[in-house]
Amino acid sequence: MTWTETLRTGWAAIRSHGLRSTLTVLGILIGIAAVILTVGLGLGTQKDVSEQISSLGSNLLIVTPGSSTDSDGMRGGFGSAATLTRSDAQALASEVNTPDVAGVAPEKSTSLAVETSETNWTTTVVGTTPEWLDVRSRELSSGEFFTADDDAEAAAVVVLGSQTATELFGSTDVVGQVVTIADTPFTVVGVLASEGAAASADLDDLAVIPLTTAAEQVVGGSSRSSVSTIYVQAASADQLAAAYQETETTLLNLHSITDADSADFSINSQDSLVSTATAVYRTLTVLLTGIAGLSLLVGGIGVMNIMLVSVTERTREIGLRKALGAPPWAIRRQFLVEATVLGLAGGLLGAALGIVSARVLPDLLDTSIVVSGAAVAGSVVVAMGIGLVFGVYPATRAARLAPIDALRSE
Amino acid sequence: MAETTTADARPAPAGAPWSEGVAAPVIDLAGVGKTYRTGAIEYEALRDIHLRIDEGEYVAIMGPSGSGKSTLMNLIGCLDTLTVGRYLLAGDDVADLDEVDLAEIRNRRIGFVFQQFHLLPSLAAWRNVELPLVYGHVPGPERRRRAVEALERVGLGSKLANRPGEMSGGQQQRVAVARALVGEPALILADEPTGNLDSTSSADVLGLFDELHAQGRTIVLITHELEVAQHARRIVRVRDGRIQSDEVNPR
Ligand SMILES: Nc1ncnc2c1ncn2[C@@H]1O[C@H](COP(=O)(O)OP(=O)(O)OP(=O)(O)O)[C@@H](O)[C@H]1O
Ligand SMILES: [Mg+2]
Repeated sequence: MTWTETLRTGWAAIRSHGLRSTLTVLGILIGIAAVILTVGLGLGTQKDVSEQISSLGSNLLIVTPGSSTDSDGMRGGFGSAATLTRSDAQALASEVNTPDVAGVAPEKSTSLAVETSETNWTTTVVGTTPEWLDVRSRELSSGEFFTADDDAEAAAVVVLGSQTATELFGSTDVVGQVVTIADTPFTVVGVLASEGAAASADLDDLAVIPLTTAAEQVVGGSSRSSVSTIYVQAASADQLAAAYQETETTLLNLHSITDADSADFSINSQDSLVSTATAVYRTLTVLLTGIAGLSLLVGGIGVMNIMLVSVTERTREIGLRKALGAPPWAIRRQFLVEATVLGLAGGLLGAALGIVSARVLPDLLDTSIVVSGAAVAGSVVVAMGIGLVFGVYPATRAARLAPIDALRSE
Repeated sequence: MAETTTADARPAPAGAPWSEGVAAPVIDLAGVGKTYRTGAIEYEALRDIHLRIDEGEYVAIMGPSGSGKSTLMNLIGCLDTLTVGRYLLAGDDVADLDEVDLAEIRNRRIGFVFQQFHLLPSLAAWRNVELPLVYGHVPGPERRRRAVEALERVGLGSKLANRPGEMSGGQQQRVAVARALVGEPALILADEPTGNLDSTSSADVLGLFDELHAQGRTIVLITHELEVAQHARRIVRVRDGRIQSDEVNPR
């Protein structure tokens, strides 16, 4: 029996049980599509996160309140402590303390409603200093950024992100308009240039006001002088390590802490943020891919089940073929080919579904999905292999049937 | 009851190869028995069978229902294994042959007509008929040509593409006959090949067997009807799993 003959017979058998074959193929198909999508989603999210982190600016150190994990594995007053203040930021800006630092921008962020007479929009209100624009590598599309004088006078001026401006006024041409934040009317002096569609939505949805204004009129309370983040920009990539040292020493001195391990703040570089985030997402991806792989295993068991049913159902056919001269290997090959064809069909259709979904889903879910050619090719091969492996047992069983017993079976 | 076992009395040259002389024993059963086991129950369907059939013979096997005719045919056709005894097929002890050898013997040397036809319901008539050729490595176009030819010989030239479900019982039986002929085997084993046929098509099929016999094929035909058995040159009667008589057909 030739290969073409085997294939023709196998195809005819698959077709004669259309629904059953389709359901089996579906099992494999879903498994393959799930693997391709989870791997793609994992890679896509990693890419998004690292893009997001690099879009913060360049050569940045990010100083946040709260200690790093201490020796007991306990975290110090993270979040609760208001350990970073504006004066910390001023000390870091000093040439003497930190010669390798080019710029410092403290941020005091809260989520608040921004109102116009017509509408309102909840956004991130960022209180900061004029250096923010350079440190965060942002540009204005219209108007001006607020000045040091504005900050000193606690002027009620605001620079809007492009999306925020659009949400509030329907356009970005809004310099001179007035918005109300925490019952205080603010004059819009500028609008930030959009970071583009690729960047995180947060970068275009914010309202930037002077730090003093934020402390006195918007946030207030006991934590008036505290800031939530201090961005420190090294003068160049080569000076990042030095800048880190200087920042740490300066802050430890200011906070009268001798042991760096018990610091009440933590400093992260963009790189370390990226690798932390990547590690988290990698673990998640492996986990999800494992689950998707399990569904593939279930699909494989489905193939085995269907092939066993097929062997049972076609016992008489097997008996007849043997009686007419089919050697055991021809029968085995027949069933192996059928199982492999089912696996392959599931693999190819699953890959197609995965690729199509990878195109459609990002529009609906707001995440990137990166489909790698290796993942697609690999999963098609795996699907075929699953058909083959799970077909071995039923095929061997068929090949072992004694011709007369098979012929006589009902 | 006295048994007439003339089979043992027949002279036959021992160990002659398949292809030689008209008198070589193609089938040589000695002391053969077959016991079926269904759970704890054993049933001796055949016992102490001695039977030699020479090349070119035309033998009819007769006997009442349940006497073991089909069982005997399955043993002769290497579809089932003996419980006791020895079976030499063309001089080779069948017990020494492995599955691949047996598959090849069934494919090349034997043409079966089963009592229940055993056609594959999903295949067209000609696809059913070509099956032995598929396993005999005959190329596709030639398979088709020979399958069509065999179907024409049994008078089904107009039903080539019909599936078994689209044919009458008699037509299905003739497809089964065509399948047994298509490989031009030296030995034809036919279990009630005319059981479902009217007298005309029955006569046609029997005419075909006469023709094959004239060409030198060995034919073993199982039947209930004396009229059918009359075509054979020798009649073996089986009863309760034993050979009751084995006689040359006087005609
Ligand atoms: N697989 C089996 N298991 C148990 N008993 C069997 C089996 N096959 C046949 N028998 C028994 O063996 C005996 C002989 O059966 P066989 O089919 O050879 O009869 P037969 O002579 O061909 O009858 P018929 O003319 O009705 O076809 C019967 O009594 C039958 O019940
Ligand atoms: Mg019978």
